[in-house]
This record gives sequence, structure tokens and C-alpha cells, in this order.
Amino acid sequence: MGTPLDVIPKNAPLTAGFPDPIHDAQACFRAVMNALARPGSHQNVTSVGLEPPKPLTPAAAAIALTLLDYDTPVWLDRPLMASEAVKAFLRFHTGAPIVTEPIEAAFALVSDPAHLIPLASFNQGSAEYPDLSTTVVLTGQNFNNALSVKLTGPGIKDTARLAAGPIPPIFWEQVISNNKQFPRGIDLIFAGETEIVALPRSTRITISEA
Amino acid sequence: MNDTAAIFDQGEYNFAYLDEQTKRMIRRAILKGIAIPGYQVPFASREMPMPYGWGTGGVQVTASILGKDDCLKMIDQGSDDTTNAVSLRGFFEKTAGVRTTYETAEASVIQTRHRIPEKNLREDQILVFQVPIPEPLRFLEPRETETRKMHALEDYGLMHVKLYEDIAKNGHIATTYAYPVKVNDRYVMDPSPTPKFDNPKIDQMAALQLYGAGREKRIYAIPPYTKVKSLDFEDYPFEIQKFDKPCGLCGAEDVYLDEVILDDKGGRMFVCSDSDFCEERRAEGHLGPMAADPAAAHIGGIQPEETAR
Repeated sequence: MGTPLDVIPKNAPLTAGFPDPIHDAQACFRAVMNALARPGSHQNVTSVGLEPPKPLTPAAAAIALTLLDYDTPVWLDRPLMASEAVKAFLRFHTGAPIVTEPIEAAFALVSDPAHLIPLASFNQGSAEYPDLSTTVVLTGQNFNNALSVKLTGPGIKDTARLAAGPIPPIFWEQVISNNKQFPRGIDLIFAGETEIVALPRSTRITISEA
Repeated sequence: MNDTAAIFDQGEYNFAYLDEQTKRMIRRAILKGIAIPGYQVPFASREMPMPYGWGTGGVQVTASILGKDDCLKMIDQGSDDTTNAVSLRGFFEKTAGVRTTYETAEASVIQTRHRIPEKNLREDQILVFQVPIPEPLRFLEPRETETRKMHALEDYGLMHVKLYEDIAKNGHIATTYAYPVKVNDRYVMDPSPTPKFDNPKIDQMAALQLYGAGREKRIYAIPPYTKVKSLDFEDYPFEIQKFDKPCGLCGAEDVYLDEVILDDKGGRMFVCSDSDFCEERRAEGHLGPMAADPAAAHIGGIQPEETAR
């Protein structure tokens, strides 16, 4: 880091949300739903016309506009939190309260996945209400990382593979322990430029030929 | 475009009736349901312009996932043309203006009440169930606080006792519908009041299954290709209903049949409960023992014209 990420003048106009809020949100939701229902599969996400302030990516902005509102506290990682423009964009378009404690968040947006805090810091849900956990959205992902993991579990016919990056060190070990505490645990969404892949807590991970 | 679709164009409703905040809330519940297969996610069910029991849960789920390019099929007890299916199909034609169909293969979203189509569903299809009582343990333990704990602790002994008592009383497991299943080796789930005949279909199904209970305010889901096991005992394995006759109209075997009373002298026939499956088979030329002569159907077809003359 070091350099100020936010050099936008104070009175810069807010960039627009979805051009067609109803159907763009529906299309984005279906992409997220299909991604979660079929872990490891690549789904196209509609982010046409979205030009969110950096470092928020269009795909992450589309997911935020689709799923966030006043009911969903959102946690931002350091570069996002440092940008007043990003916070103004999210506040205006979603109304979601921005929280500083990851445990309070329903959603977490991560623009610098390589420096992600431990997954265990997020809300894991309770045994009675496992649905209260955080959904973590990693942005700026590509899906041709050198290390790929094998996925099995609900939604996967035989096996699937995922080679997402950048990710923090010992990330997959964290995802494995996340799965071990099923039904508690977080759900992960990997957002690339136009594609997303999701990893619900139910997916079992095998690190092969690492 | 039919009359109801014309009403949609007047812009009276938001797309698919629900407002966008409600859809977001339901969508988040659906995502959690998919991530935790078989777990009942509480959601803020809305009052819908139809009474509870008409599928308010299924309607809210369908309204939240539906897009303008979707093709919707509505089934009530296997049939496309009974009151519930006709009303709900009309509801979405009116409020969303989407294309609707009777054909299982053509639909991208299928909302169903108490049946699963006989035809295998595909990966690009979504099956939405209308659920009256989502909690499989509710009739064994009325307190929500307790059933929630039982799910948390994976304490399903009571359910096995219930099935055992069935065997002790009747000599076999007498539960024939809403037959409890275990999803992904974790949650015991009520597959809604489908006949247990349909239970094998929800195991490893290619399509995504979403379950909505409006009155009880719960949404749950089974992702595609998920292990779903009907509860049973080693010495009393799970069995589905068997019919000794084929469908009276199309001659199909290994399908679920409805009994139709024909007169007050004990006359009856058994026909496919899945009306689209039956019609398709008849169109292909399959004839059951009680089907009318195809020539007679032809005569019936031209009758209105003759009356008009």
C-alpha cells in the first residue's frame, strides 16, 4: 500500500448503479445462485455499465447492488475502507451499514485478497442458525492460478477443480477447516472480471499435487 | 400474447409482483439454503394476494428467481390444468409477463405442488416446491426451540422411533407422503407432501431444488447432484409405491397414478398423475387399456365446429 488510493475530488459525482435495476439484479443473482449451486463452475456476471470507484471492481459492485441493503452489514478490507468514494457508492446504492468488525458482517468485500484476514475472523453462524454467517466476496480473481484444488460435495457431479488467485497464504487449509465445521462456516465468492465462482461451506477441498 | 399478458404491459406491478427489497431478502435466504443443503432458512415471508396453502412460499421463491427470459411451468398434484396451477400460472403471466408452458422439457423454472415430473429434469432447470409444513420433526416435537436444537445436534432419534412405531403397528413403514429424507448426510428434511414414489428422484437430481414455505416462513434447498437418502432400517429398507396396472390412458408403467372414480357402481380407472407426461405419450401413439379409440378423439375434436354451423 502506502500510496493514497483515493485521489478523487470531494465533490466527484457518484457513478451510476444498474441501468436496469430489476433485470440486471435478477441476472446477477441467478449467476451467484448458479455459482453456489454448482461449486467450481464459472458463471458470467452482468456488470454492464457499472463503473464503480476503484478499487471496487464492476463484478463486485454488481454483487453488492444485487444482494446488499439496509439489512446486511458489510465489512470492507483496508483498501476499500480507505476509499471514501467506494463507501459513498455503497452507501448510496445499497444503504448497507459499513462495519469495522468482521464478525458483525453479513457480507465482506475484499479487494486485496492476498492480504485477507483469517477466514475464522468472520461470523461463522451458530449451530442453531448457521445461516447467520458471513459471505466473503474476493475480487480481482483470475482462474488460472498454478495451484488448483479438487472440489467434491453437493452441487458437483463427480469432481470439479478451482484454480483461483490471488489468495492469501495457507488459504486452502483455512477453507478446509471452514468445511469441517459444517453446517457452520462462511461462503466464498470469487469474482473475476466478468466471471464468478463460488465455494459454499458444504464443498470439500482436496489439495492435490501441491 | 394472451389477455393476462396484456395486463402486465400496463405496468401495474413490479416485475413478478414482489418489490426489490423483498426479492433481495428472499434471494439471500435462497443462497444460504443452497450453501447448507436441507437446512431451513428463516425468511420474512410476505403476505401474498392468495391464501396460505395456495403456495405462497413457492410463489415468493419463484418471483425472486424469475427473469424475463424464463419459461414457467406450474404443476398442482402433477397436473397443469387444476385450479391451483391455473391460478398461479395466471398470476405470473399477469405480474411478470413471462412465457408459460405445460411441457416439462420446455420450462426453465417449474413450480410444483406435491409432485415431481416423471421426465428427468436437466441441469438448466429449477424446481420450486410449495411446502405446507417444512419441519419434519414438527408433529413429533411442537416446540420450534426444541426442533432447532435437534437439528443443531443432529439428534434425529425421534424420527426413527416414529418410523419404528409404524412398523410395530402396521408391519411396514406406513408413511406414504412427506417421507423424511437425510440430505448430504446431515439434515433431515421434509421433501414436501410429494408421494414417497418421488423420493428417489430428488437424490442426485441434475436440477436445483428450492423449497418455499410461506406460512411457516422457511426456505430450503437441495443443490444439484446431492445425496438425498430416504430414512429406513436395514431390515425394512425404503420402498416406493408400486401399481399393478399401467396408466389407463397411455399405458405407462413405473409412473405415479391417480385413481379416478368413473361412476357410482365402483367403476374406476388409474391414470398418470403427471398430465404432461401422459399427453406426450399419447401423442407419440401409446395407448392404455382404457384409452378411447384415436378416431373417436378425432370426432370429438371437430364437434365444436359442427355446433357452430
